[in-house]
Amino acid sequence: MTAVEARPEQTNEIGRDRRRKEDARLITGRTRWTDNINLPGMLHLAMVRSPFAHARITNIDTSAAADAEGVVTVLAAKDFDETLGVCINAWPITPNQKAPAHPPIATDRVTFAGEIVAVVAARSAAAARDAAEMVEVDYEELPAVVSLEEAVKDEVLAHPDLGTNKSALWVFDSAQAGTGGNVDEAIATARNDGIVIERTYRQQRLIPAFMEPRSVVCDPTGEQITVWSATQIPHILRFAFAATTGVPESKIRVIAPDVGGGFGGKLQQTPEEMIVFAMARRLGKPVKYTETRSESLLSAHHGRDQIQKLTLSATKDGQVTGLKVELDANLGAYVAIVGGGVPVLGAFMFNAIYKFPAYQFNCQTVFTNTTWTDAYRGAGRPEATYAVERLMDELAAEVGVDPLEIREKNWIKHEEFPFTTVAGLTYDSGNYEAATAKAKELFGYDELRAEQQQRRASNDPVQLGIGVSTFTEMCGLAPSRVLGSLDYGAGGWEHAQVRMTPTGKVEVITGASAHGQGHETAFSQIVADRLGVPFEDVEVLHGDTQIAAKGYDTYGSRSLVVGGEALVRAADKVLEKAKPIAAHLLEASVEDLEFTGGRWTVRGTDQGLAIGELATAVFAAHNLPDGVEANLDSEATFDPEAFSFPHGTHLCAMEVDTETGQVKMRKYVCCDDIGNIINPLIVAGQVHGGLVQGIAQALWEDAVYDDAGTLVAGSFVDYLLPTAADTISFEIDHTTSPSTTNTLGTKGVGEAGTIASTPAVVNAVVDALRPLGVNDVTMPCTPERVWRAINESSAGGETTGAAAAHFDPSTGMSGNVDRTEGDVQ
Amino acid sequence: MARISMRVDGMKVTDDVEPRTLLVQYLREGLGKTGTVIGCDTSNCGACTVHLDGDSVKSCNVLAVQADGCEVTTIEGLADTVEGDLHPVQEAFRECHGLQCGFCTPGMIMQSVDLLKRNPQPSEDEIREGIEGNLCRCTGYHNIVRAVQYASGHLATAANPRGATEEVDAL
Repeated sequence: MTAVEARPEQTNEIGRDRRRKEDARLITGRTRWTDNINLPGMLHLAMVRSPFAHARITNIDTSAAADAEGVVTVLAAKDFDETLGVCINAWPITPNQKAPAHPPIATDRVTFAGEIVAVVAARSAAAARDAAEMVEVDYEELPAVVSLEEAVKDEVLAHPDLGTNKSALWVFDSAQAGTGGNVDEAIATARNDGIVIERTYRQQRLIPAFMEPRSVVCDPTGEQITVWSATQIPHILRFAFAATTGVPESKIRVIAPDVGGGFGGKLQQTPEEMIVFAMARRLGKPVKYTETRSESLLSAHHGRDQIQKLTLSATKDGQVTGLKVELDANLGAYVAIVGGGVPVLGAFMFNAIYKFPAYQFNCQTVFTNTTWTDAYRGAGRPEATYAVERLMDELAAEVGVDPLEIREKNWIKHEEFPFTTVAGLTYDSGNYEAATAKAKELFGYDELRAEQQQRRASNDPVQLGIGVSTFTEMCGLAPSRVLGSLDYGAGGWEHAQVRMTPTGKVEVITGASAHGQGHETAFSQIVADRLGVPFEDVEVLHGDTQIAAKGYDTYGSRSLVVGGEALVRAADKVLEKAKPIAAHLLEASVEDLEFTGGRWTVRGTDQGLAIGELATAVFAAHNLPDGVEANLDSEATFDPEAFSFPHGTHLCAMEVDTETGQVKMRKYVCCDDIGNIINPLIVAGQVHGGLVQGIAQALWEDAVYDDAGTLVAGSFVDYLLPTAADTISFEIDHTTSPSTTNTLGTKGVGEAGTIASTPAVVNAVVDALRPLGVNDVTMPCTPERVWRAINESSAGGETTGAAAAHFDPSTGMSGNVDRTEGDVQ
Repeated sequence: MARISMRVDGMKVTDDVEPRTLLVQYLREGLGKTGTVIGCDTSNCGACTVHLDGDSVKSCNVLAVQADGCEVTTIEGLADTVEGDLHPVQEAFRECHGLQCGFCTPGMIMQSVDLLKRNPQPSEDEIREGIEGNLCRCTGYHNIVRAVQYASGHLATAANPRGATEEVDAL
């Protein structure tokens, strides 16, 4: 241990901008990514994947591949029994949800391009990949349904045996639930004497695109089978292995070592993980599989992909009277682990920060022959926020007032908290007025509006648009009872353990498994304050089911709100256990003890004992009170009673070149209320990164398929992740209304930026063009779409046609392996 | 197989490699330099950036045989980290929270060092242009830009050591 600099007494760690503990290894390359792990005798896997979106497998000839240099074996589905396991859906959203079985390796039919049909094991990754090219698979192509619009027609079926593409219809109606009025009546009334806004918005398909490609290592040697995986969910993965392969949990250890980002994309039980597990058991050797980026984009789950049909009713002066949502959500080829539940999470957020008297939400989940979809940063809430924040701008335009004025007219006022919404959730705290006032000031709202007027008046070819997004979200997934009521197959508590070592250091074990968020730093700050020990003396251990035996992992902005509270409770139990021992050693009565700054002191004396000294005394156990065990270590499991509700006001200024359609971000300001802040540096990082992912949905990213079901955006050449040159610096600030759901008063920040920013950007683009008669631009707002919106008075249309041009026969691509002769247009 | 010799992070190495071996594969699989990582297969992401004879390259875009006779510096050789020293750019990334998951960080740091060598006092736009070949999915680039600015300031102080309190390796 290096010397610790002298610190002033009683400096609170919570609220300090501590530099991260994690960084020492990350900035020097001393990292343990899964792909870095090499074990003696290790074999490497490569996957053979279908180039077709929908086809029958008529024959698989593995002989040439199996005979290649360094190849151990080549296997297809028929070579495995039920010990291969299956991919599970943990959230059947309705009792009669249709869900096809999802084997890790396709048996007789492939249902999306990228699905695994065979696996090669070889001495090296290169040999495995070479041999994978030599596996000859004969396919008989079947009609594929690719787009959501086509799939709902049920003309071409993704899974003919199911008889329909429709998986489940999930409905919430405020009149039925008793949380509000009848939305159809509200709309009918508004059609006679009010305003009805009807819009269809497209939530394009996105790819999480974490920077570390997924990798899995499985070592079957020794008594336990050890799996390392680049996953967000080691505990859930262990459960899935045990539940579907027949291997008891006690024989399985799952480790998530350093994990390079997830954003929901690593919240999955993957076919690749199941195959690695099975191959290691079968071959009796350590096995590794690391995907290429192309494989990652093709086969790791995608996000979003919804069509939102929205009807908003209001009085003539802009008081909203009802909102009806009809949602089609694209599941892809299978129902993923959370799958259909993602759009359902949005059901509670369409009413956002507003007092809507009537609300109805209908969500139809639909199969297509595309990559399966699941959680991506925000998971349901960005889609809901986008819809309602776009609609509020449309309503403002209809009424003819400033977008902030229409919001203020409808939002929950700060004195009205706690407030039970039309979706049935009770928001515990918030202050939308304060966040908005601060954001406006920081933004220079009035000045930018004045500049906008000037540019409009002078017919400037570059118009200025100002976009508003006053968002809220539900964080801290999740109260287990609520999850149960929604038919989710698991709970939402989190577990923590605090261990005192003999030398007085503290080991903190958490079931939340970080992959870049900075838990080691933030959790150290919390425990350092609670136990009065130096920040440096706290070690946070996580991501290994043999060390952190219990947990529900990291997603849904839950780690701090749920996991942090578990930590507080475990630390408090340490102090409870320690107190009688301290009294005994200090020869004082428990009532006379005080605990401050990590020390017990006896009131009115100079006698005292530090918690570290006490830990040493408990370790020796020479002098403990009768009947007291020699152990200070404590654990706690915290199950939240309710969600927490961060909110904020985001303001975006976009310059739009009306001659070229090019858009440029001029300024972005946000003021988020995320409750109490543990580490402002980490919070700022979460906000910045979240903003860019949301902005990227608005402007750049689109997982485009061609008509045959080939992912056109299958590499970083085609899937447009923003670079530093595409983005700007942000101005962020906070207001604070502490959450009442946890004693730290925190609300969660991991997804806020992503949820809020997308509508702020698109609202700004549309605001710039509204005088030209434009009221929508389909995401992503490419220059072509913006230009078309200006010149053709449409939302810019689809890009699928343009994308398909890559495969046009005239380009000489007719021999492309992804297409058959008969299928070329 | 082709025989290659080079100096990697100060160590002389000679090996026989398949001619198709990429430099990044040789570094990771041949030499165990796992600090350098692979993030894509189209040379878009820059996670594998190292210095080849002092200039930044994407090591997935260089064959190992092309580095024959060269000097290669990876994130692991940027500073004497065994002694706890950090290169000023490494320190700046830590100080400014210029990383989250850290997967892009080795490449981002190596590219930033190269950028500052060529342009010690870059503007924000020049920084953004200078690192646009390196993708980050976590930070939104905001704090990476701050880190490069911070490093630029500290390197300037070191070059003109009035009031400088620490020794900084010459770039």
